[in-house]
Parts: sequence; structure tokens; C-alpha cells
Amino acid sequence: MSARWLARKLAAAALTLVFVLAFNFFLFRVMGDPLNQLARLPRATPEEIERLRAAYGLDQSLLGQFADYAKDMLTLDMGVSQVTREPVWNEILTALPWTLLLVGTGTLIATLLGSWLGVIAATRRGRRTDDSLLSFSLFTYAAPEYWIGILLILLFAVAVPILPAGQQMTPGVEFSGPIPQALDVAEHLILPATTMTLMMLGQYFLIMRSSMVDVLTEDFVTVKRATGLPWPRVVRRHAVPNALLPLVTLSAISFGAVLGGAVTIETIFSWPGLGDLSYEAVQAKDFPVLQGTFFVFSVGVVLANLLADVLYFVLDPRVQDA
Amino acid sequence: MTKLLSTARGRLSLSVIVFFALMAIFGPLLAPDDPRASSLEVLEGISLAHPLGTTENGSDVLSQLLVGARVSILVGFAAALISAALGTAVGLAGGYFGGWTDRLLDALENWFLVLPTLPLMIVLTRLLSPSLIVLILVIGLTSWAGTGRIVRAQVLTLRERAFVERARALGASDLYIVRTHILPNTAPLIFANTVLIIAVAILSEAALAFLGLGDPNSISWGTMLEHAFDSGAPSAGAWWYVVPPGLCLTVLVLAVALLGYLFEEQVNPRLQGRPA
Amino acid sequence: MSPLLEVTELTVRHGAEAIVDGISFTLEAGEALGLAGESGCGKSTTALALLKLLPEGLAQSGAIALRRDGEEPVNVDRRTEAGMQRVRWRHISLVFQGAMNALDPVQRIERQLIDAIVLHEPVGRAAAAARAAELLELVGLAARLGRRYPHQLSGGQRQRVMIALALACRPAVVIADEPTTALDVVMQAQILQLLERLREELGLALILISHDLAVLAETCDRIAVMQAGRIVECGPVADVFTAPQHPYTQRLLATLPVIGSTRGGLSQSQSQEEAR
Repeated sequence: MSARWLARKLAAAALTLVFVLAFNFFLFRVMGDPLNQLARLPRATPEEIERLRAAYGLDQSLLGQFADYAKDMLTLDMGVSQVTREPVWNEILTALPWTLLLVGTGTLIATLLGSWLGVIAATRRGRRTDDSLLSFSLFTYAAPEYWIGILLILLFAVAVPILPAGQQMTPGVEFSGPIPQALDVAEHLILPATTMTLMMLGQYFLIMRSSMVDVLTEDFVTVKRATGLPWPRVVRRHAVPNALLPLVTLSAISFGAVLGGAVTIETIFSWPGLGDLSYEAVQAKDFPVLQGTFFVFSVGVVLANLLADVLYFVLDPRVQDA
Repeated sequence: MTKLLSTARGRLSLSVIVFFALMAIFGPLLAPDDPRASSLEVLEGISLAHPLGTTENGSDVLSQLLVGARVSILVGFAAALISAALGTAVGLAGGYFGGWTDRLLDALENWFLVLPTLPLMIVLTRLLSPSLIVLILVIGLTSWAGTGRIVRAQVLTLRERAFVERARALGASDLYIVRTHILPNTAPLIFANTVLIIAVAILSEAALAFLGLGDPNSISWGTMLEHAFDSGAPSAGAWWYVVPPGLCLTVLVLAVALLGYLFEEQVNPRLQGRPA
Repeated sequence: MSPLLEVTELTVRHGAEAIVDGISFTLEAGEALGLAGESGCGKSTTALALLKLLPEGLAQSGAIALRRDGEEPVNVDRRTEAGMQRVRWRHISLVFQGAMNALDPVQRIERQLIDAIVLHEPVGRAAAAARAAELLELVGLAARLGRRYPHQLSGGQRQRVMIALALACRPAVVIADEPTTALDVVMQAQILQLLERLREELGLALILISHDLAVLAETCDRIAVMQAGRIVECGPVADVFTAPQHPYTQRLLATLPVIGSTRGGLSQSQSQEEAR
């Protein structure tokens, strides 16, 4: 039964990926005029343009172009950066770990902190702790994340210069080993990761809080208490695990927004991830890179949703029988 | 509306929104200086001449702030309207006609709900060359899925109700049924959701502007933050340049979002605790 | 001999309003007491009060004394929350109304039984598992059902699990709050038979709460009728049914179907009688 469910989810994800591929193709090929890129070449003669058209495959039918595109993508041939002349895939591969580090750290802390605060607020509903936590999370939810990042820079890198204001490592320094280097990266990670966490914290807190409030009204919570369990244990062992389930779904659905935040946050901190890469590509009108990063972002969203489905399946026995 | 004014939160949100609306309308008149006028007092702090300091060009921050309200609010509002119209159309079509139309539209909707919105907006704006119209269109065309889902769910519920069946039995056309029966019942939901979309749209414009994709000829709170960051205001410690635009954005978005949630509470029978 | 359970002037207030208004009753060992009344009269609140499980905002007062043979008397009203954790389930347990959501959805059945057992009895988990299997068989379920999750059982099975859970720590008093509501007629009969059998086999004292007088007539020795938070009549079942003293009791009894006559005002039991 579970194997069938998994197969179905994988098939759906694969279908979505095909759709992503088509979407990406139409977005750039149909909406953007590829000849834009060709026009960058100064004084290209008509014959040269025709040759480039053929080289790019632009003289083929749309379907033919899409087939070419799909084939290229499957072999990870995303073209070459217009700026650096490096293969797009290489640039993406270099940038990917940094984004994973940033997004991963931010998500981890936001989930832990958000759930913990959400539980506290739900069990102290209506009181001052709850109100102040609500106000705080609403504020971070509404505030633009890049603004928060700049404020953090102002506070902790300029006014009280204890943390670096950008980049992932101190430039020009030779590290004596992997551990000092890792520590340097960690130091540079603090502000960007804090910004990322604050961006996500509000939503996670609100969802956990409302989820806990719902779960606490369920009969089984009273039953557990009736069997003689102390209230803290009822909350911890029975209410919280049930309340965490919507959080899994939420993190999947909001992953798209998280990636958007990665773009702006990496930009302000010069964090060399995919977001920063996109930003540079936007500034330089480097369309191959832009298309590549957008594709990776889309794939990321599909994978995140798949991962959340699997996680939910593992955590909720009711899904296993669906 | 009166129910809203009865709650403290409602009154607060409305007053904030009215405040910013007035700023948008009268801002350029109230601005003490020409927001684009440059001077030699570059990145200077708070003074009597410049209550919120100056920019990297020596322009008056306060003037820019007052003028910038217009773009931020205008784009937010217009984009939300487009988004609502598109979302309603899609939701109606899918929910009412069902079958393959619905399945296709629903899949499209689900995709738009999860996709990386900001990267998509970035790509579209870059492809089309930034301008106010492009911004409004791009934001509107990427934010419709939320409304679409709500409308579709509502239409599915209403479609099976007795009064719709009766109307159909009497020979009413689909258009008539949609216009007189389905839309009026769905309108409150659309309205509440649109208010929330306005908040998202305002933030989207600011984010796009911040990344350099805003209208190059306008001043908005987003472009202020963009110029502040690009010119090194943070390193120079020029907090007067950075704090006001972001604060305005935050406060306005909070007020609009709160208002949206209040509307939603009133309109959504489930949230009220009444049986739907 | 003093009664097993003695409740004196139990009151539950919500602010100034009294949901339970100074009720007093006793329960002898091995006796089945029925608590009858319409919904909202305070029956379930009384049940929760006996275990001091009332939600926040409700204040309870009045003496609740439990005197078990060979044990120290327990004054529930004077116990702290920590003290109550040793009383609950060990001396008094509760079969909740509507077992739909009374079990943790993400835990297996046997785990929930074992958790309750090890909480009060000095046994290891292996021994507790054996006892859990016994309990399931005691209530007429196959022991292997313990490996299942709550959503995999039918309503009737879940109700039996609730009863098994209630018996897990060998309490002296079991309160069953509407144990047959939301079950079909066949299930109802089975559950009542089960309760009767358990009472005989284990020597339990039972407080059976129901709005359905027919149900109480079958199983109880004595019956107390509640109206608006007060006990208006209390006595042996036969007496109350044949010669009700209080007008409210008389009205309640009037809603029960009588063979050979047609009455207006169908109650749940009446419509079920017709369905048979």
C-alpha cells in the first residue's frame, strides 16, 4: 500500500517537472526574444545572425525547439553565461551549496524556534506572553526581509561592528585548516541566517500556535490528562506531535517564498548562492543564467513538496491508509 | 464596515490605511523639497532642514518618502485588482464548468500557489523591461492563484445548492446564473482575499524595486531602499535613509493584512463558529 | 458501611452562573447509578468534576469522598493537581462521550493502553503489554487489534477500546458518559451488555450518564434525574420509572414509547424503536 502511494507521488512530481520544463521553455523562448541576446553582438551581419539562428536552433518549429531544450536540460546543458562564458550548470553547482546552507540553517532554526514559541503561546493563550509573541511575529511577517537584513547590518556590523556585513568568508585570508575556515564561514553566516530565520519565523509561529490551539481542544488531550498524565507531558508527548503535522505542509507550500527571500537576502549580504547569482544575472541581462536559476528554483519547489509529502506520510498514520 | 469599526484592531488598521492613503494623495504637495533635487549635503543625518536626513544625492529623504507612497500604494492596489479579476475568472470557469477544464485549471492553480513567485516576477519583469505598467501586470498575473482557489471552492459549494438547480430548471443561462446567484455570494470572499493580496502586492513591488526592477522613473519606498543599499548607506551608518521607507512598508502592510483578516473572519462562516 | 463514593454539594460555576448547582449523591461498591437528563443539564460537567478535569474558567466546590476497601479514603476535592494524577484512572476513570477523537490519532491502540497502565502500576512494559491484550479481549476485541491505529477501527470498536482503557488500572468507579450515543442500535445493545458483564465480573461501581432513559432502565440499579444543574429525583430504578415524584421526571418518562399507543414528540429512543 505504501509503495503504491509513493509511486503515485513520484509520478505526480515527475509530471510537474515536465510541466516546469515546458513552462520554463515558453517563458524564455516565447516571451523573451532570444534575438535580444544576439543583438548584443555589435554590428552582426545578417548572415551571422542567420548562422546563429541555426546554431541556436531558432529556425526550427517550436516543438522542435522544445525537444532540443528538453534534451539539453536532461544532459544538464544549460548553455553558457553571457558574462563569464562559463557553463551555466557549473555556476549553479558552485552557488547551490551556499544557498542550501543559508536556507537550511534558516529553516531549521525557524522551525524549532517557531514551534517552541507557538506551543508556549498556545498554552498561554490570551495572556501577555501570547500577545507580545503575536505582535512580534506579525511584525516580522509584514516587514520586508531585506529591510530587516539591512537593519541587522546597521546594528551589528556598523554601529556595533561585531559581525561581518557580507560575503561568506573573510577575503584574502589563508586558513590553516578546514575547522578555522568553517568557523569563519559560520561567523559570516550569522547575520544572513538570522535574517532568513526572522523572515520565516512569523509564519511558522502563527501556524504552530493555531495548530496547537486546535489540538488542545481535541478530546484525546483531555483523555490523556484523565489517565493521570501531568499536563506538561500531555502537551509534549501528545499535543505537540499532532500539532506539528500542518507545519510540514506549510514549509512545503511556502518554500517558493523562502527561495524568493533567498534572492534578496543573498543580494544584500553578497552571499554567493543561487539568489545572488540570479541577481547578478538580472543586472547583467544574462538570460541563460537567469533561466538556469529559475529552473533550479522550480525544481527545488517540486522536490520540497515531495519531501514534505513523504515526511507527512511517515509521521501521520492516517495518510498511510489513504 | 461598522462591525470593523467596533473593534480596536479594525479602527487602528483603518486609521493607518487612511493615513497612508492621504500621504499618497497629498504627498507631493506636502513634500518640503523636490524629492529629486540634489544637493551637496550627501547622506547627512536628521536636521531642521531635512527632518529625515538626506540621500546619497543630497535629496531630502522625507520628501522622497511622501512622494514614494503613491507608487507603492498604486501598484499594490492595481495589481491586486488584476489578480482578483483573473483569479475570479479562473475559479469561476473551473468550478462551474468542471470536467477537464476544472482539472487543468486546478493543476495550474496548484502550481502557481507553490512556485517561487519572486523569481518568476523577476524573470518576467526582466524580460519585459521594467515600468509601472509592467510591474502591475507581472504582480497581478502571478498572484491570482489564491483568489482562484477560494472562488473555485465556493462555486463548487454553490453549484449544488437548490436555488441554482431551480434557476437552471427554469431555463436560466449559465451566464445569468453566474451573474445573479454565484457572484453575489462569492463577492465577499473575493473582497476579503483581495485585501490580503494588496498587502502581498505592496511587498512584491518593493522587493522588485529593491532588486533594481522597479520603474526607473518613479520614486517608491522600494527604490529608496534600493538606492540606499546600492550607495552604501548601511556602511555609512545612514539609518535615517534606511529605516523610514521600510517602516512605512511594514506598518502599511500590517494594517492592510489585519484588515484583510478581519474581513475574512466576518465573511467566512466557518471561522465564525457558525455552521457553514 | 460508608458508601464507595460520596458527593456532597458539588457545584460548578462559570462566573456567577451555576452549571452544577449543589448536587449530592452516593454510590455503593458494585452499584450502577444512572445520571439522566437532557443535554445541557450538567451531567457531563459533573463527570469531569469528579475527576477535577474541568476546563479553565470553571470553578468547582463541594466534597467528593472516595472510600475504597482496604485503602485510605481519598478526598478528591482537597487534592492538588499533582495529587489528582495519582487518583485519576487508578480510582476513578471515565469513558468519554463520542470516542471519535478520544484516542491519540498517531499512536497505536496498545501503546495507549500500556502508557496508562505503567503510569499507575509498578510493572514493566512487557507485562503491561500482556495486560493490554487481556483488556482488549475482556471487552470483546481481538488482541491483535492493539497494533492498529484508532482510525483503522470502527466506531463500535473504538468505544470498546475506550472501555478497555478505562479499566486499565482497575479503578473502583467507572463513569461512562453517553457510551451508546453515536452508535447504531445493535452496537448500543452490545456495549450495554458488555458494561453489565464487566460490572459483574470485576465488581465495578458504574455511573452511567445518558439522556436516554431506556438505556438507563436496562443497566442501572438507581437513577438520579438532573435538571438545570440540580438533582430533582433520585431512587431505585423501578421506583422512579413506575412512580416518578417530580414533574420533570414525569415529563421525561412521557417521551418514552409505550407499546400499543402513538405518541407525539419523537425522541431518539422512540425513532430507534420504530426502526427495529
